Amino acid sequence: MTIFIIQILNSLFYAAVLFLIAAGLSLIYGVMRIVNLAHGSLYALGAYVSAWVVGGAVGHAMSGALGLAGALLLLPIGAVVIAAVGALIEPTLLRPLYRRPEEYHLLITFGLLMILEDAMKLLFGGTPLSAGSIMDSMGSIPIGRLLYPTYNLVVVAIGLIAALGLWWFIYRTRFGVILRATSQDRRMAAALGLNVGRVYVQAFAIGCFMAGLGGAVVVPAQAAVLGMGVEALVLAFVVVVIGGLGSLEGALVGALIVSLVRTAGIQFFPEIELAVLYLIATAVLLIRPTGLFGRA
Amino acid sequence: MTAMTTTTATADTGGAAFLRLLIAATAILVGLALLPAVVDPYQTVLLTYGLVMAIAALGFNLLLGYTGLLSFGHSAYFGTGAYTVAFIVRDLGAHSMELCILGGLAGTVLVSALFGFVCVRHTRIFFGILTLALSQVLWSLAFKFFWVTGGTDGIRVAYAKLTLLGGLVDFAGPGSFQRFVFAYYYYVLALFTLATVVMWVIVHSPFGKALQAIRDNETRASFVGISVRRHRWIAFVISGAFTGLAGILWVPLNGLTTPDVLYWPFSGEIVFMSVLGGFRTFAGPIVGAVTFNYLKTAAVASTEYWQLLLGVVLVTLVLLLPSGIVGTAMRLVSRWTR
Repeated sequence: MTIFIIQILNSLFYAAVLFLIAAGLSLIYGVMRIVNLAHGSLYALGAYVSAWVVGGAVGHAMSGALGLAGALLLLPIGAVVIAAVGALIEPTLLRPLYRRPEEYHLLITFGLLMILEDAMKLLFGGTPLSAGSIMDSMGSIPIGRLLYPTYNLVVVAIGLIAALGLWWFIYRTRFGVILRATSQDRRMAAALGLNVGRVYVQAFAIGCFMAGLGGAVVVPAQAAVLGMGVEALVLAFVVVVIGGLGSLEGALVGALIVSLVRTAGIQFFPEIELAVLYLIATAVLLIRPTGLFGRA
Repeated sequence: MTAMTTTTATADTGGAAFLRLLIAATAILVGLALLPAVVDPYQTVLLTYGLVMAIAALGFNLLLGYTGLLSFGHSAYFGTGAYTVAFIVRDLGAHSMELCILGGLAGTVLVSALFGFVCVRHTRIFFGILTLALSQVLWSLAFKFFWVTGGTDGIRVAYAKLTLLGGLVDFAGPGSFQRFVFAYYYYVLALFTLATVVMWVIVHSPFGKALQAIRDNETRASFVGISVRRHRWIAFVISGAFTGLAGILWVPLNGLTTPDVLYWPFSGEIVFMSVLGGFRTFAGPIVGAVTFNYLKTAAVASTEYWQLLLGVVLVTLVLLLPSGIVGTAMRLVSRWTR
């Protein structure tokens, strides 16, 4: 029973991270109709930046002067940096391509992926970076006869807050209305006087922020390593395909399904754990191409 | 569009243009055949890799350039070809390369028929994601079933175990590697020529025209009576078979097959090649693949961050030269001759 609860908690932790990545991917597709192949790399970059900032701060601060709260406050820097990177990428690389066929969108983001993957190697080197001090200083809580890291529960909470915050942002604020209007009909939105170019930059930056946040929250628990982005992207794809490209609820439900299947897979059928996920995605695409929550 | 105009141009002027094409192709072929006598063995190996990848890109482009479907999962067919050869050599103990080719092609056709059947139900972005997801199924299987596939270590296929042309050419004894490099180059060149001719015939056949009609306007094509889904499926299988052949030929050259050739970034490389050469032209993918091979080798040799270099090239290409090397060259030539 205890093992069962811990496995559920593990998959919730995993779902929270996956949701952050997939929600960003989905948001960008929903508004701009661009499938961002570099999204996983942005997540990885967020993880690296956060680990580097926190690690550097912990190393340089007088012992204990930084404290847990300080380190936790430094963690989201990765997300902010990634949002800034996104705000740079959209006008320079993506904007010239909106009028071209979507093959070019995939190509340019694939090129971006190659650049980002090596940029991380160049900036942070080949050794994994971790912000494990946060996880260590948070300790653990007893579940049954076992101990469970408190930090994992914090991540689940962050995932929940992010989901609620994003929902509120998109469905309850003025900017959300603008975002949805642009997503439904770009030209109509422009005709009504909206600055579509600015909406695109903002939407892309928010999507990138989510990816970066995913990287930032994962890095105290798992070290940032090269190649983590490429792996994460395909899983995020599976999530959005199951949930529906462009749908926020879909990203949440998809992340839960994927992480539950994955946790069960690692426990019961480790050899085909990944294959099962891709096959589920394929089945969903065949039966309901728009995903469980997708519309058009 | 360029491909369309050139094909109609050849049809209009008929014989003369075809003769010119034939002369140009023969000249290139003779040049390629004489090359190993001039350059050192390393360059020969490099060119063999380039020709192998050209077959893969040629197959890929039947889908992208002629049918209008962007596959992000062609690593699956390359990898299937490669792994089938490895299984044949390791588990069946076969030596004949021809047997490997037949077995490998059968395996790829099977897999691409199955995957294609599923994938052609969608177009555009969903087609791309479907092909990607399915290719990752194979990757994860090759990656996880290490007692069958060797996991990340892959499977070794020693060239010395293989014979070409039904046992006429074998590679035993001293100096065998030099002989292998030399013989294998001509072997690949012959198959490359065959593949190119077959592909040329396919895209200029009524079937190929139907594919182009589907690419340009699906609704009209189906109104004319073309069965769109079946055409796409057949194109998918042919495309997979060509890329599979490349995978088959790649194994003895590389000496090893690993899950890397099934991982999706490898599919991205095949797309990269076609775009580099220009996917709207017939020769584009060939030029692109050979160029990409040299580019990658040079980048890997000169810097640890070769991927960054290639990424910059790809981004620049997409932004500034979307019609690729051949497309741009053709535009320049036509402006010049006008």
